[in-house]
Amino acid sequence: MADNLPTEFDVVIIGTGLPESILAAACSRSGHRVLHVDSRSYYGGNWASFSFSGLLSWLKEYQQNGDTEEETAAAWQDLIHETEEAIALCKKDETIQHTEVFCYASQNSGDSVHEIGALQKNASSVASSTFTEPLPSAELPEERHSYVTNNEMPAKHASESDSKISVEEGDVEESPEKEKYCGDKTCIHPGSDGDKVENKPIVDDDNNQLKRNVITYHQMVQESRRFNIDLVSKLLYSQGSLIDLLIKSNVSHYAEFKNVTRILAFREGKVEQVPCSRADVFNSKELTMVEKRVLMKFLTFCLDYEQHPGEYQDFQQCLFSEFLKTKKLTPNLQHFILHSIAMTSESSCTTLDGLKATKNFLQCLGRFGNTPFLFPLYGQGEIPQCFCRMCAVFGGIYCLRHTIQCLVVDKESRRCKAVIDRFGQRINADYFIVEDSYLNKETCSDVQYKQISRAVLITDQSILKADSDQQISILIVPPVEPGASSVRVIELCSSTMTCMKDTYLVHLTCESSKTAREDLESVVKKLFTPLTETEVDKEELRKPSLLWALYFNMRDSSGVSRSSYCGLPCNVYVCSGPDSGLGSEHAVKLAETMFQEIFPSEEFCPPPPNPEDIIFDGDDKQADAPGTHTTTVANLESPEESKKLESPLQS
Amino acid sequence: MRQAGELDESVLELTSQILGANPDFATLWNCRREVLQQLEAQKSPEELAALVKAELVFLESCLRVNPKSYGTWHHRCWLLGRLPEPNWARELELCARFLEVDERNFHCWDYRRFVAAQAAVPPAEELAFTDSLITRNFSNYSSWHYRSCLLPQLHPQPDSSPQGRLPEDVLLKELELVQNAFFTDPNDQSAWFYHRWLLGRADPQDALRCLHVSRDEACVTISFSRPLLVGSGTETLLLVADQSPLIVEWRTPDGRNRPSHVWCSQLCDLPAASLSDQLPQHTFRVIWTAGDAQKECVLLKGRREAWCRDSATDEQLFRCELSVEKSTVLQSELKSCKELQELEPENKWCLLTIILLMRALDPLLYEKETLQYFQTLKAVDPMRAAYLDDLRSKFLLENSVLKMEYAEVRVLHLAHKDLTVLCHLEQLLLVTHLDLSHNRLRTLPPALAALRCLQVLQASDNSIESLDGVANLPQLQELSLCNNRLQQPAALQSLASCPRLALLDLQGNPLCQEGGILDHLAKLLPSVRSILT
Repeated sequence: MADNLPTEFDVVIIGTGLPESILAAACSRSGHRVLHVDSRSYYGGNWASFSFSGLLSWLKEYQQNGDTEEETAAAWQDLIHETEEAIALCKKDETIQHTEVFCYASQNSGDSVHEIGALQKNASSVASSTFTEPLPSAELPEERHSYVTNNEMPAKHASESDSKISVEEGDVEESPEKEKYCGDKTCIHPGSDGDKVENKPIVDDDNNQLKRNVITYHQMVQESRRFNIDLVSKLLYSQGSLIDLLIKSNVSHYAEFKNVTRILAFREGKVEQVPCSRADVFNSKELTMVEKRVLMKFLTFCLDYEQHPGEYQDFQQCLFSEFLKTKKLTPNLQHFILHSIAMTSESSCTTLDGLKATKNFLQCLGRFGNTPFLFPLYGQGEIPQCFCRMCAVFGGIYCLRHTIQCLVVDKESRRCKAVIDRFGQRINADYFIVEDSYLNKETCSDVQYKQISRAVLITDQSILKADSDQQISILIVPPVEPGASSVRVIELCSSTMTCMKDTYLVHLTCESSKTAREDLESVVKKLFTPLTETEVDKEELRKPSLLWALYFNMRDSSGVSRSSYCGLPCNVYVCSGPDSGLGSEHAVKLAETMFQEIFPSEEFCPPPPNPEDIIFDGDDKQADAPGTHTTTVANLESPEESKKLESPLQS
Repeated sequence: MRQAGELDESVLELTSQILGANPDFATLWNCRREVLQQLEAQKSPEELAALVKAELVFLESCLRVNPKSYGTWHHRCWLLGRLPEPNWARELELCARFLEVDERNFHCWDYRRFVAAQAAVPPAEELAFTDSLITRNFSNYSSWHYRSCLLPQLHPQPDSSPQGRLPEDVLLKELELVQNAFFTDPNDQSAWFYHRWLLGRADPQDALRCLHVSRDEACVTISFSRPLLVGSGTETLLLVADQSPLIVEWRTPDGRNRPSHVWCSQLCDLPAASLSDQLPQHTFRVIWTAGDAQKECVLLKGRREAWCRDSATDEQLFRCELSVEKSTVLQSELKSCKELQELEPENKWCLLTIILLMRALDPLLYEKETLQYFQTLKAVDPMRAAYLDDLRSKFLLENSVLKMEYAEVRVLHLAHKDLTVLCHLEQLLLVTHLDLSHNRLRTLPPALAALRCLQVLQASDNSIESLDGVANLPQLQELSLCNNRLQQPAALQSLASCPRLALLDLQGNPLCQEGGILDHLAKLLPSVRSILT
């Protein structure tokens, strides 16, 4: 099939991470012919999300990474003309290191676990033997699409999560309601619910004293698909550039979001909720009246701090933490503002930066809810796929598992002319966008990378129990020693569609100083206890139990400047992998600047024409004849319509 | 069509097109109501049910066009009121939905109260609903107001206690809630208003305050706690003198017989014996039948007058602005407001609340502090300076009355107090000497006529332009009005009705500049012995 790939494109994009996907959408939207390839079998690169078993196979891949055979260079070297030279691309992904897995959940029914895991893996690999299959989501209806139609849907949940698109395609069966869909799935894989009931007695036998419904490893593997585990843990600032881009480009229609429900702080060994909005402050039981006033006063000041230079001028060069001390704020309020609202470092952030960060946080409040953040349902990995989908809608062509062997550079003009894929096919284009991890060692010899330390935990309860167990929380744990990096903890509940019922998915992120486990284990220990050590008596006071934990380091190429790469032709652009920041502002900015460099005169991701608008025009013309009734109906609908457009993300 | 009586579905169809675009069209709603009433008689129950269902859907679509349309909400009320089995649960849900979109839509709040009353929703449920909305956004008058209606229903108090009061535990919880609101945002008025309601603003109970009998004038005077109309067919006052009922005519001091605090009755047509100085004593009793109250006083031999009255000090008359019984509650409220004031020195709501709390706690003890707070408040809220001056005058006057009563004298000194207005004059029925000099008064108001015993009135050094109130004062002998703004001799006309006025000092008034003024005045006020100009 790959032989049939067209050979002429305007832009070839290698890698399906967020900045590459945004660029793909932007280029395709502007009418350029885009080929978007990834050597991996899934979308998103290091921005991807995995099911539980998907993550296990991803880990396996990295553990076996060493023994990928060196392919013969000869295969493609022959295809290089005399006037050309080749820049080989890297086949080994070296961005992930120090992976360590700990399983605390009972693995008793180990045999069957293996079987099911293997089964699923087989299923996925069978299904994705065509290159078109996105992610190991084998049984989804999109299977029957082939990339030749140019209309395939990369977003793996596209059909359920976006009824609009399905309606456009006129295929109602394709958009079953989520619950229904899940229900179907339970039927296909007997055992999720029924099995759980059967399992319980077994668990009870093993740990006689436990009354709680303890999740076993077996169950996690069986319910693997309930998990959507992100490799990068980010949120969307509700006034941030990614949200703006999603809305502007209509890509938001392909995704659904949930508001983060709580901002938490970790102080004096305890997790507490941070009141940040007016309603939060009003409702807070923890703050005294005076604290409420002082906090509100300070936050109100931060909202337009530029108007009151007298308040902070003398402190401009001081640390933000010092400035806070002069504001009559009690220590807990100082902690809340410094770590949970401004999310800045105690020992390095200046007053001005702190005020700016606080203002940014406050401005994001209230747009979609009571906290400034949104989280995409089914995980952060949805976002790059949504952009890919937009690219495909406008004619972009997608190939996963499609390795590009080398870039072909014209010796004379020093421009890249083409790429050669793993079948030896030569694909010509004007511009080439390559994700950093594909570049070979020589190209990157001068590059200094940072590292991100990550932990992914599956736990049995929330770090702060509340009335509702469906909370999405973000917690910043400040470093013990000043100067070290603080740890960002994001806890997701099952209604975010990222973990199975009765579990929580917890992501920890910080800038690395050592390996991920060394960086993060102390925080994990503060917040959680391994399941095996759980004390049974103090049900009320106990910390959440760890069921499963993964640590890994991810390379952070976000700070690398273009000039540090040696020998790259000017029409080859490099996208960095994920950065350690909370928002995706870096990726959006990168994509936008790059797009403007390549196509300086074109608009970046303009809103696509609304198909309904076109139909409406036609309707209006006809409506004149039959009378006023239809216009009345149109009028009645219009307020709703506009509301949808204004806030398409409201969940 | 309406006139032709063509009231059928076509009218519904036509009006729906217009109302669908603009629901604020009362005539068309009326038209629809007529049609629906007509159809009610003609259609079968099934057809009617379908019609009603369509109407409800149509109303909802109109509300979506304009959620604040009086006509639409009213029509929905009307429609549901006519249904045999209205689905109230659905209506409550509708309200909840509209309030989710705009939690301050008072039209919808009104409708919700209507629905809740019709469906007999337990107040506790409605209270929980207001809880949820206040949690989301506490800047919501409607929600707070609804609470103030629901809480007394939920916690009915024994009849004896003042109306609208809450048991202390509930009150304390509400105070905490509302404090949360004004500490979070002290500029939000809704919370302050609710706070004031919580602290109580009960009207004083109707009472017969004072009974006064004057031998010289042969006159009985009474005063009520609020203006009332006495006469046949309204409030009846019976006068019993020495055990025998008397038929008397009650009049107000100004003779206009409108609702008034003070009513007098001449006793001229009594048997002469009732006021004769020969008998050792006379007993007068006034029975107020409607108010179920009476007052009695004894006129002793050799005395010219007698009275019986409730003291302002006993009744805490001037504390009804905030009438919470528990001073501990007030104390703690005062403490937290002072804390807030320290943080927000310029918050007018906080300052005003502090003043009110201090008044409620102890008006005399806090007098000096209160005056300081008034000064600050005037500086931060210059737009309401005049209102604040009046309020301050009122409080000062109240304090002076209290001091006078503690001292058990009938002389009231109000000089040099920056007064801008006179109030509570009905409390001064027994005062004989009143000093109002060196204030900022512009008028002596009609209510001054209540001072039936006033002999000396000093009102020099004000800005008085009119003397409407100085009329029919039976005892007034001396009146000083130096350095005021009396322009025309005609302004003094009313003084002629004061029979005993002998000394009038008008020095320093513009009218003194007029030529021949003395002659003019002598003609105008022939009985006044001495006029100084």
